[in-house]
Amino acid sequence: MSMLAAGTAAPEFTLHTTPDQSVALKEFRGRNVILAFYPADWSPVCSDQLALYNELLDEFARFNAQLLAISVDGVWSHAALARDRKYHFPLLSDFEPKGQVARAYGVYEEQAGVARRALFVIDGDGVIRWSYLSPMGVNPGAAGIVNALEALPSNNIQKTLPADVAQEVP
Amino acid sequence: MLHEDAILTVPVSALDHVQGNAHAVVTLVEYGDFQCPACASAYPLAKQIQHRYAGNLRFVFRHFPLSQAHPYAQLAAELAEAAAVEGRFWAMHDWLYENQAAWAPHGAPGLEAGVRALGLDEAAIAATLRNPDVDTHIRRDFMGGVRSGVNGTPSFYVNGYLYQGDFDSLVHSIGRAIARQG
Repeated sequence: MSMLAAGTAAPEFTLHTTPDQSVALKEFRGRNVILAFYPADWSPVCSDQLALYNELLDEFARFNAQLLAISVDGVWSHAALARDRKYHFPLLSDFEPKGQVARAYGVYEEQAGVARRALFVIDGDGVIRWSYLSPMGVNPGAAGIVNALEALPSNNIQKTLPADVAQEVP
Repeated sequence: MLHEDAILTVPVSALDHVQGNAHAVVTLVEYGDFQCPACASAYPLAKQIQHRYAGNLRFVFRHFPLSQAHPYAQLAAELAEAAAVEGRFWAMHDWLYENQAAWAPHGAPGLEAGVRALGLDEAAIAATLRNPDVDTHIRRDFMGGVRSGVNGTPSFYVNGYLYQGDFDSLVHSIGRAIARQG
């Protein structure tokens, strides 16, 4: 199955973020969601990628967007990573059945048994508005996410940006 | 290789910190974090490139502090901006990278050593640090970098294209760009 494309309804899921807490996609209706699938906790590229997103949470919030990062790692690995790296967003554990959510989005890498490095922007109605698959070892940065959020009809952000930031939009 | 999808979205302007020939055929833009060890490792190499290509190269530094990963990166960037008001941006840039291992574990007291080492007026620096324009400049650099596809530090752009690869091939890439345009 190939990666879900823009215009598709985002498959629902409920996943653990800690041993006793879980997050469901439907909790975010009315808000935008950035889903960042990544192969593994602790691997260098993932960490840089998530470290960058961790700096952008205020920026995402201005677009009414919540970041959810997903890998097949267990909740204890997630907890240790989040504490070590001071992440201020949930790491979701696609652990049991392993990779079920990654499969539903068409971004499970069967041979390695991990999620691919894939990004989705989902709007407040639960529809995928943008998706991007990065080569496994390549950090995709955040330009695509920011551009996709900006393009959402609900986010006519130009009007709300300070002038100096608005000028940067090409 | 030069990354065709990641293009510098904010052109070099009078707002930037620039070294070298304003009419050079190659412009090298670095997005850096003063507390990032990889940036400190890249610092002498960037100096070598500037030396090697001298009049053919213009070097620009923009701030990309990853504050959650590096708790004093933002303060170090602010300090460089405060030094810039005194006309000493590059002196502070160099001091921060050359002495990163010494100041980084100590935060603000470690950074104060830089103010003294450069002989800057501590009161003037402290006043500039309270000026919101300093933060605005750093945030503008950061968000411009995000939109240009910066995915970590250091990130280098050669004539507007994100460079991804090791340092030797960055040098070759600059050499080729000079040969093409020179």
